[in-house]
Amino acid sequence: MLEIKNLHAKVEDKEILRGVDLRVNAGEIHAIMGPNGSGKSTLAQVLAGHGAYEVTAGEVTYEGKDLLDMAPEERAREGIFMAFQYPVEIPGVNSAYFLRAGLNEVRRHRGMEELDAMDFLALAKEKLKLVEMDEGFLRRPVNEGFSGGEKKRNEIFQMAVLEPRLAILDETDSGLDIDALKIVADGVNRLHTPDNAVIVVTHYQRLLNYIVPDYVHVLVKGRIVRSGGKELALALEEKGYEGFEIEAVKA
Amino acid sequence: MQQTIDQKDRYLSAFEGFERCLNGKSASPLHAVRRAAIARFAELGFPTTRDEAWRTTSVAPITKVAFKPATGYDPQGLTAGRLAPFLFEGLACSRLVFVNGYYSPELSSLRALPEGAQAGSLAATLASDPEAVAPHLARHARYQDHAFAALNTAFIQDGAFVRIPKGAALEDPIHLLFVSTARGDAIASHPRSLIVAEAGSRATVIESYVGPDQGVSFTNGVTEVVAGENAVVGHYKVQREAREAFHVATFHAHQGRGSKLSTQSISLGGGLVRNDVAVTLDGEDAEAALNGFYLADGRQHVDNHTWIEHVQPYCTSRELYKGILDGESKGVFRGRIFVHPMAHRAGRGQLLVDAIQSNPNLLLSDRAEVSTRPQLEIYADDVRCTHGATVGQLDENAIFYLRSRGIGLEEARQVLIKAFADEVLNLIQVEPVRAQLERLVSQKLEAGRRAREAG
Repeated sequence: MLEIKNLHAKVEDKEILRGVDLRVNAGEIHAIMGPNGSGKSTLAQVLAGHGAYEVTAGEVTYEGKDLLDMAPEERAREGIFMAFQYPVEIPGVNSAYFLRAGLNEVRRHRGMEELDAMDFLALAKEKLKLVEMDEGFLRRPVNEGFSGGEKKRNEIFQMAVLEPRLAILDETDSGLDIDALKIVADGVNRLHTPDNAVIVVTHYQRLLNYIVPDYVHVLVKGRIVRSGGKELALALEEKGYEGFEIEAVKA
Repeated sequence: MQQTIDQKDRYLSAFEGFERCLNGKSASPLHAVRRAAIARFAELGFPTTRDEAWRTTSVAPITKVAFKPATGYDPQGLTAGRLAPFLFEGLACSRLVFVNGYYSPELSSLRALPEGAQAGSLAATLASDPEAVAPHLARHARYQDHAFAALNTAFIQDGAFVRIPKGAALEDPIHLLFVSTARGDAIASHPRSLIVAEAGSRATVIESYVGPDQGVSFTNGVTEVVAGENAVVGHYKVQREAREAFHVATFHAHQGRGSKLSTQSISLGGGLVRNDVAVTLDGEDAEAALNGFYLADGRQHVDNHTWIEHVQPYCTSRELYKGILDGESKGVFRGRIFVHPMAHRAGRGQLLVDAIQSNPNLLLSDRAEVSTRPQLEIYADDVRCTHGATVGQLDENAIFYLRSRGIGLEEARQVLIKAFADEVLNLIQVEPVRAQLERLVSQKLEAGRRAREAG
């Protein structure tokens, strides 16, 4: 589904990704772990198409297409979804309007009929249950005045509505208490099917107790220095990233 | 300099001509005011960019044109059909139409008013019942330090007069439609309006300034509002004159104890536009809301000066002016809040003054400009006065967020621009007015977007 080869990216002349290789197949859950500043979030943003990051080398193929050639909205319509680490507050834009507009773009792209306000509301109500949010939420401006936990739950709610093929969760666990973490993880698990894939970007192992990955990759200084199964996350939890940082310097 | 004097002279001699036409009415007390005003104008002359209040707005383009003063009612071939685009669809209202400042009986239509209420031509009231007007007219909008207000006052002739008697509630709004024409000579008009809401009354008045012709015109209007004790007044001013039009408008509201005034000024049209909006809070517990929205593109220049004077304690003022500037347009905002010396009355503990002002601006083009200047002068303790001004572009992170959910770039931009405008347009309480303005704003934004894409 996704193949990343030798990906290099920089932001404002600072090289962050220095040769990332990663292959993700349908049905898999991958965790990307790493210390602060290792480039985890940059990788997520580059995959989503954020304009502040410049890809300087490498390639990314998604469903056989050149992902880097697509605008962010095209990626979304093709089924890529990033749950933001810091969801953006958009005053004056109603949540329901925003999400319906996005969903209809995605549906149009997939050759499906657009949903009118009534049908959308019925769908949204159903999906809200997944993250234990109430309907009033839809009438509020996008993320405005939401608590940290509400913002993260809103991301997973949007994911539930948009039904992506590839979901990238960028530190979705940060700032969540254990109850909210469980709700979010439970939502992700229920959305996961053999047809889609999830990339979980996280600093801590904690989230991986609830979203159990098939593969764990350790990203240090812009490179994946170790890949393994879920037990790698536990080893990291115990020993920290120090050993890997030394490996990265040697490499 | 010589040229400026000549330009001033044009208006001074126009005044002489105007006086000759008054046929004996020149002995009236009002005429003494006109004379004082023209004398003051002669002293002041037109402002230059050396004047503090006109630092960022040059009126030279106005003074250069040899405008002919409008001297009386001339329908200029206007028909109801030509005015249709300027009416508010679905709004039940009394409508007073003025052509170049003069009342048009055939284009106006009045609905039933509460007993004792008046809505009509100022000229007619000056002729039939000058006492109704005398206590208020030219008492509030200060012409002593404003050349354009002085000119308007010197040429007071016609405009709207609205009076709502004590305790009466005006159910339907009154729509004052000022039409500037540009069919032959370039015409200068000085519409003068007075709205008196007596104690405990309620009224909503909408002023529209429109121009159905493409061409140069100069409108120099003054509107005074007097809100008596506990009166509730809603006021809207919609400016959508032609691109070539010059528009200078002075609004001054005087508020008594416990009165509530909400005024909103929306500037979409005109080439060079200056609004002076002043409110005097002259009774305890009065509340004023001053809102504004300007959307400029091309080479439009829109200047809003507001002036809130807290004279008596325990008053509240809220001010939100938002601007969107595209093309090579320029926006100017100066928001003054002046708090007079005042002290608590025994037994009252709340803030003496509660004033919040905000002026966010959105630039859609790197050639557009904004100058914003809050100015607080406070001579009392125990007050809350806050202000905030911002000038920025669309939030790139917000655009990315919308795009990451499938919304296209141009659509994302339009959604964010509209959300910016909606915050202030949503404050319009008269639904047909809000709906129409939302439509007009969307149309203008759409035209701007096409121009950007083409250019």
